[in-house]
Amino acid sequence: MGKLRIGVFKFTSCSGCQLSMLRVNEQLLNLLNLIDIDYWVMVSDVKGKGPYDLALVEGSVSTPEEIGEIKEIRSRSRILVALGDCATYGGLNSIRNYMSQREVEKLVYENPTSIRSTTVRPLDYYVDVDIYLSGCPPDTSTIVEVIKDVALGVPPRLPKYPVCVECKLSENECLLIKGEPCMGPVIKAGCGALCPNLGRICEGCYGPAVDPNAESLLDKWREIGLSEREIVCKLRKYAGLSKEFKRWSGL
Amino acid sequence: MSKRLEVPYISRVEGKGTLEITIKGSEIEELKLRIFEAPRFIEAILVGRPYYEVHEITSRICGICPVTHQITALRAVEKAMGVKVPEHIRKLRKLLAIGGILSSHALHLFLLALPDYTGHPSVVEMAKAYPGVVKAGLRIKEAGDGLIELIGGRSVHPVSTVVGGFTSIPTQRKLESFKATLLKAKEEALKVSDFVLDLDFPDFERKCEHMALHKPNEYPVNEGRVVSTEGLDVSEDEYRKYVYEVQVGYSTAKHSLVKGRGSFMLGPLPRVNLNYGNLSDDAKEVASRSKFKFPCFNPFAANVARLLEIITLIDEAIAIIDGGELEGPSRVKVEPKEGEACALTEAPRGLNFHSYKFDERGFVTYASIAPPTCQHLRNIELDLMEYLKGYVHESEKEIARRSEMLVRAYDPCISCSAHFLEVKVKKG
Repeated sequence: MGKLRIGVFKFTSCSGCQLSMLRVNEQLLNLLNLIDIDYWVMVSDVKGKGPYDLALVEGSVSTPEEIGEIKEIRSRSRILVALGDCATYGGLNSIRNYMSQREVEKLVYENPTSIRSTTVRPLDYYVDVDIYLSGCPPDTSTIVEVIKDVALGVPPRLPKYPVCVECKLSENECLLIKGEPCMGPVIKAGCGALCPNLGRICEGCYGPAVDPNAESLLDKWREIGLSEREIVCKLRKYAGLSKEFKRWSGL
Repeated sequence: MSKRLEVPYISRVEGKGTLEITIKGSEIEELKLRIFEAPRFIEAILVGRPYYEVHEITSRICGICPVTHQITALRAVEKAMGVKVPEHIRKLRKLLAIGGILSSHALHLFLLALPDYTGHPSVVEMAKAYPGVVKAGLRIKEAGDGLIELIGGRSVHPVSTVVGGFTSIPTQRKLESFKATLLKAKEEALKVSDFVLDLDFPDFERKCEHMALHKPNEYPVNEGRVVSTEGLDVSEDEYRKYVYEVQVGYSTAKHSLVKGRGSFMLGPLPRVNLNYGNLSDDAKEVASRSKFKFPCFNPFAANVARLLEIITLIDEAIAIIDGGELEGPSRVKVEPKEGEACALTEAPRGLNFHSYKFDERGFVTYASIAPPTCQHLRNIELDLMEYLKGYVHESEKEIARRSEMLVRAYDPCISCSAHFLEVKVKKG
C-alpha cells in the first residue's frame, strides 16, 4: 500500500479542525507512515500542487478568491473531505448571512471599502464533496479513522443518529427532561455525548442528525421558557444553512 | 528602479498572511504585512446574541487559543452582570488557561519554529534528524491538551465552561493524578532546554515598548495590571484610554498603538521581561544559562521565553493542584441585566482584550475584540524594517527566509487577527 498524498487547506475558519488533527500529538509520527504531507501550510514549507489522494478542507467559502480556490483544489483531488462545520454547513460564519453585508462590515471596520467578502457558503455549494466530517471541531480519532478508511479504500462509517443515543449509552440523566434546552434529539452523534456527560446541554456543534423532528423539540423549548429569539439563535449557530434547520433559522 | 520581493502565503504560522517588501538600492522603501485571511466578522455576529453564548462564539475566533477567548469573554460578561466567581473557579480557570498556553507554546516552539533553526522545511523532516526533541515537544503539548480536557472537556473549543463557572468540575483526586503527566512534561522541557538555548538565534535587537499583565505573587495569565517597559501601569478598565486601534487599508487586521508613543510588543518575551521575578526557580536556572539577559529586546528570544514559560507554568499548575481547595459549587447563578464591561487576559501570544455591552435581557448590543497578533502587527513590521537593513543585498530567497523567521518568532495567530503570511519582496 502506497502512502496517501494529502493536502490540508484552510478557508474561512479558525484552524480548529487542523488543531483537532494535530491533537494526535505523538501518534503524528505513526500517522506519517500512512501519509505524505504534500500541502499543509500551517505545518510545512512544502507547497505541493498535488494531485492529492485526499484533500481535507477546513472552512467555509466567503470571498471571491476562495470560490476559485476551492474549484482548483477539487480539480486536483481524488477524495475531498469537508472538514468541520464551516466546510460542511457554513458553520458559525454563516450567522452573518442573516444580516446585511454592509451592516456587518460597518460593525467591525470603520472603512469597509477594502474588505471583500461574499455570502458565506459551505463547500458543496460550489464543488462536489465526497466525505462530510462535521463537528466544531470534528473529534480527533474520527479524523484519523477517516484517513485510515481512505487509505484502505473503504467508505467511512460516520453516525447519522442523534446525540441522545450516545447520551443514553452514557447513562446520563436527560437534561431536556430536567428543563434545560438541550439540542441532543436533533443533533448528529459522534462526540460521544461529550457535553451532556459534563452536565452541559448539547449546543449542536455536530450539525443536524438525519431526519430530525425539530418542530417537536421547539415546542419543548417553548415550554421550558425559551424566547423565539433564543430559539432562532440556537438553530442559527453551527448549521443554520442546513436543509434540516433552514426553515426555523430564518432564511 | 525598485525591486519587489514577495513571500506568498507564509508557512508554519496559523492563518493566511503575505509579506510585501520593496527595496530601492540599499533602502527598504516599503514593507507591508498584509493579512489576507478572510474576515470573520465575529464582533458583528455577536450582536443580538444572548450573554451565555458569547464565550462559545468567541472560542471560534481561533482553534489554537480558544481557551483565552473563552476566559476573556467569560470575565467580561461576568463583570457586566455583576457576578463574582469564587476562588476555586478562579484557580480552575487558571489551570485551564495554563493548559492552553502549554499546548500553544509546545506547538509553536517544537513543531513550527524549530525547523527554522535546524534547516528543515517542516517538523516531518526535522523529526527524522531530532526525534527526541520532537517527541519532547509533542509530550509537552499532550500535557497542555490533557489539562484543558481535564478542566474543559475538550482541547479545541472546551465545553464545560459557562458564565459563572463550569457545568462540571474535576475532583481533587483526578487533578492529583494528572500531576504525573505535568511532571513528565517538565522533565522533557528541562531535557531539551540545552538544545533550545544553543540554537543559532540571530543577533538583533530593537528597543521597543514591551507590554504585559503583571501580578505581584503569581505569573499573570487571566488577570493583572497592564504594565510596560516604558512605565505604563494601568488597570484593564483604563486600557482603552492608553491603547487605541487603527484600520490599515492593506490588511483585514487592525493595528494598535499606545497613545503618544506608537507600536508595542506583546507575548512571551514581554511577559518574561516584565515578570522575571515570578518565573519559577527551575525556569530562572534555565534562563541563567541562556545567552539572552532579561530584560531582552531581541524578538527571536521569544522562543527562549516560551520555554521559560512552559517550565514556570507547569510549576504553577502543580502548585495550584497541591494547594488543594479546588472543590466546591461548579457555578454561581447569573441573572442577565443591562451593563457593559471589558476584560484583559494573557493569551499565549499576549494581551487579549474583549469589551461588550448588553441590553436588559442580556443580549449583546456591542462587541469589540483586540487579540494580541492584531495589536502588535505594526511592531512586527518595524522589527522587519530594522532587521532586514543588514540583508538588503542578499538574495531574494534569503531575505524571504529571514523575514519569515522573524515573523514566526512572534507566533502570529492570523485567524485571530483577521478582523495575516505570504511574503512579497520588491527589490531593485
